[in-house]
Amino acid sequence: MQLAVLGGFVVAGMAPLLHHWFGARTPLVMALLPAALALWLLGQWPTIAAGEVLLLEWAWVPGLEITLTFLIDGLAWLFALLITVIGALVLVYSGDYLRGHRDLPRFLVVITAFMMSMLGLVLADNLVTLFVFWELTSITSYLLIGFNHTDLSARKAALQGLIVTVGGGLALIAGFVMLAVAGDSWSLAELTTRGEALRAHALYPPLLICVLVGAFTKSAQFPFHFWLPNAMAAPTPVSAYLHSATMVKAGVYLLARLHPALGGTEVWVVTLSLVGALTMATGAFLAIRHTNIKKLLAYSTVMALGTLTMLLGIGTDGALVAFVVFLLAHSLYKGALFLVAGILDHETGTKDVTAMGGLRHTMPLTAAVALVAGLSLAGLPPLLGFLGKELMFESVLEVDAYRPLILLLAFVAAFLTLAVAAIVALRPFFGASRQTPKVPHEPPWGLLAGPALLATLSLLAGLVPGMLDDLVVATMAAIGAGEASVHLALWHGVNLPLALSLASLLLGGLVFRHWDRLRGRLARLEPIIARGPEAGYEALMRGLVRVAEWQTGMLQNGYIRNYLVMTLLVLLGLVGHALFFRHSLDFALSLDLYFHEAVAAGLMVAGAVAACVMRSRLAAVAALGIMGFSIALTFVLFSAPDLAITQLLVETLTVILLVLVLFRLPRFATLSTPQERLRDLVVATLVGGMVTLLMLSVLGGERLPRISDYMVANSQPLGHGHNIVNVILVDFRALDTLGEMFVLALAAIGVYAMLRFHAGEYDARRPAAPPERDDG
Amino acid sequence: MVRSGTLILNVAARLLLPLQLLFSLFLLLRGHDEPGGGFIAGLVAAGGFALYLFAYGRRAMHAMLKVSPRDLVGMGLLLGVVSTLPAWWHGDPFFTAQWWTIPVIDFKASTPLIFDIGVYLVVLGSVLTAITALVKTDHEDDAREVPWSR
Repeated sequence: MQLAVLGGFVVAGMAPLLHHWFGARTPLVMALLPAALALWLLGQWPTIAAGEVLLLEWAWVPGLEITLTFLIDGLAWLFALLITVIGALVLVYSGDYLRGHRDLPRFLVVITAFMMSMLGLVLADNLVTLFVFWELTSITSYLLIGFNHTDLSARKAALQGLIVTVGGGLALIAGFVMLAVAGDSWSLAELTTRGEALRAHALYPPLLICVLVGAFTKSAQFPFHFWLPNAMAAPTPVSAYLHSATMVKAGVYLLARLHPALGGTEVWVVTLSLVGALTMATGAFLAIRHTNIKKLLAYSTVMALGTLTMLLGIGTDGALVAFVVFLLAHSLYKGALFLVAGILDHETGTKDVTAMGGLRHTMPLTAAVALVAGLSLAGLPPLLGFLGKELMFESVLEVDAYRPLILLLAFVAAFLTLAVAAIVALRPFFGASRQTPKVPHEPPWGLLAGPALLATLSLLAGLVPGMLDDLVVATMAAIGAGEASVHLALWHGVNLPLALSLASLLLGGLVFRHWDRLRGRLARLEPIIARGPEAGYEALMRGLVRVAEWQTGMLQNGYIRNYLVMTLLVLLGLVGHALFFRHSLDFALSLDLYFHEAVAAGLMVAGAVAACVMRSRLAAVAALGIMGFSIALTFVLFSAPDLAITQLLVETLTVILLVLVLFRLPRFATLSTPQERLRDLVVATLVGGMVTLLMLSVLGGERLPRISDYMVANSQPLGHGHNIVNVILVDFRALDTLGEMFVLALAAIGVYAMLRFHAGEYDARRPAAPPERDDG
Repeated sequence: MVRSGTLILNVAARLLLPLQLLFSLFLLLRGHDEPGGGFIAGLVAAGGFALYLFAYGRRAMHAMLKVSPRDLVGMGLLLGVVSTLPAWWHGDPFFTAQWWTIPVIDFKASTPLIFDIGVYLVVLGSVLTAITALVKTDHEDDAREVPWSR
């Protein structure tokens, strides 16, 4: 399985090549991958249904307790199946939706990479691995929202989504570290068994806050909900897949996964149920202001995510049943509706529902699919959505804390959602026909297959809910519920939830009837809504820019002498503190020198002094060269040939670089005042003295065991090399070297960008100059 | 200022470049047992190309190098990362070195060697990127007035 997921990334990278071979059929070919994975998952069903947990172990970096182990229980299985099945359908769909699009290969690369990241996220057992996949979904989501990269608003929305989710990611990794410390394990399978110890731990409150911020940003909970509707700038298959069926559910998944470990406390219950209920109502209320079909659906997704969070917060067995059913129902109908929205956009050329009408005559099949999915969204029988909503009401009625408030919010959300469903599923297809930018007709089968299948599943599961019993039980076992058996049924008898449903049907119908007038009224609220959390985000970003400007002016003022003084003073403070207060100074000073060693040292000192007092730049450079070569000589004398060669080469290249910049440096003159020079002298002397003391005490004390002994002893047997320096670099400490390679590469890109940027600035000041050509 | 036009430098650069490249490969391959290694070898090669650049100009150096220095950096990083994969395949911990002996020539190939080649390319590419970027703006300075030198 791990190989399949990792291999999936390779397949993603090969998309352009596949496109070269298969042309327009590439999405169909690539859909085989998630389809095969889905079949494999289905094959595991008997094991999962029996309540067993599949643990596919794979040590990755055992030294850091990072594993690639996959954990497949009911919860992971359900999510993985949704990801692969909807993924395959979306790939098929996008083949027709983006037919002939210039960037189709790029789209396939990113969406397949996303699919694999999302699979990794829900299957990972290790916190670090989970986090890596978590961030990968944020990045791929960024690339997909900004798919139409020539569109400024798409780029802005992409960046907003990225900043909100990655900002939450920062909180999440902090939360994970605390979680691992408190639970003494990085493995989810182990952490979920240590719930009591975790909840009693002193770190519980801070880690809970961090994890919640991570999950809430990802799953667009109030007050972070605003990025999700903006993310609708993405192509519709992306909205259907990432921003309704899978990625935005990652936060909910995480909360469900950690429910046995962290859930059940008062903080958890109150926070989750209140935030969830508030998100529900906000999402549903903000939805009906819009006429753009994708925005309508996006806000109703916010509402659904709020519902899921609230149900996890309530956390009773009944609420968890509702959670699983609602999750499944939402993925099915919302995926279908988004894909229908894409069809409408594709066929009519508009996303505005008020501009469409009477389309049932020209697109009867699409209308039927939309109707079925819309009924499920509305929560009407006999669809799975109805079941989800009834169960939701039932569990809300069981709440202890804030019951009236939560019930009110849930009820408002329910009837507004019903209105949204009617707007989306009825408005475009019924009523009088309208002129649309394109002449509509039934879409090709590739576009229709996905939504039709999802809608059929909604209907089937609604009619025969009993077939979900085992799945619900298996999933609930993973979320930490005790109940052994569940019997889902469409008809619950005449009870309070049914009455609430009827009331919401009535009110929702009213809202739908008077929607046009209502929208006019709501437009007057616009100034208040504009002051919502998104304004906070904008203010934050502006503040960030201002702080960045201030600190750049302060610290990054472009004078290398200031950088040096600052760096050296920090070094002095930190190392000096450690040296004098944490260790004691004890060393024996012996001046037992050979003559040639003294000469090398003398040359070094002379070079350094000369470089400071020289009156010409070339002479100063030459003096520095003398110092560098004497250092190389010292390396030779103390038998470190590798270091000596490196030093010599670096000196040579320094000369080359210096020759290149020499001509553009300003006149060589004394620019600083005597006071400044005195300050520099003091700093230099202090740093020099401290480093000398440090070296002496390191060499003299022998307080710590020498690591070089290990390296010398194991270089040949373990590293198969006699050159210890090289063995350390490329074998023992290869990870460090890899990091340094990236630093070096970044430095090179930085130099390149800086010099190019200067050239660009120069051009900008003189528009007449021909644009720069990049032939480098 | 680039492109010296000095006969001695021109001839020297042409003769020295292959020697320096050969020497850098020598350093690279023997690095595991004797003084040498990817970092030093990359510096030697960069020195050779820099000399050639001074003698014949940037364009000629690019023609000689065939690929952009920045692509060399990318390839080096890729090799560095790729060298971690065989350990995965064997189920060993991340970055465990793998060794194979190529039978006929009795050469010991290994992931550390692949990694070292990655280091070599990154060093070579980075140094050349910096140098060519500097040279490039120098050209512009020659063409126009130099705005920041007084």
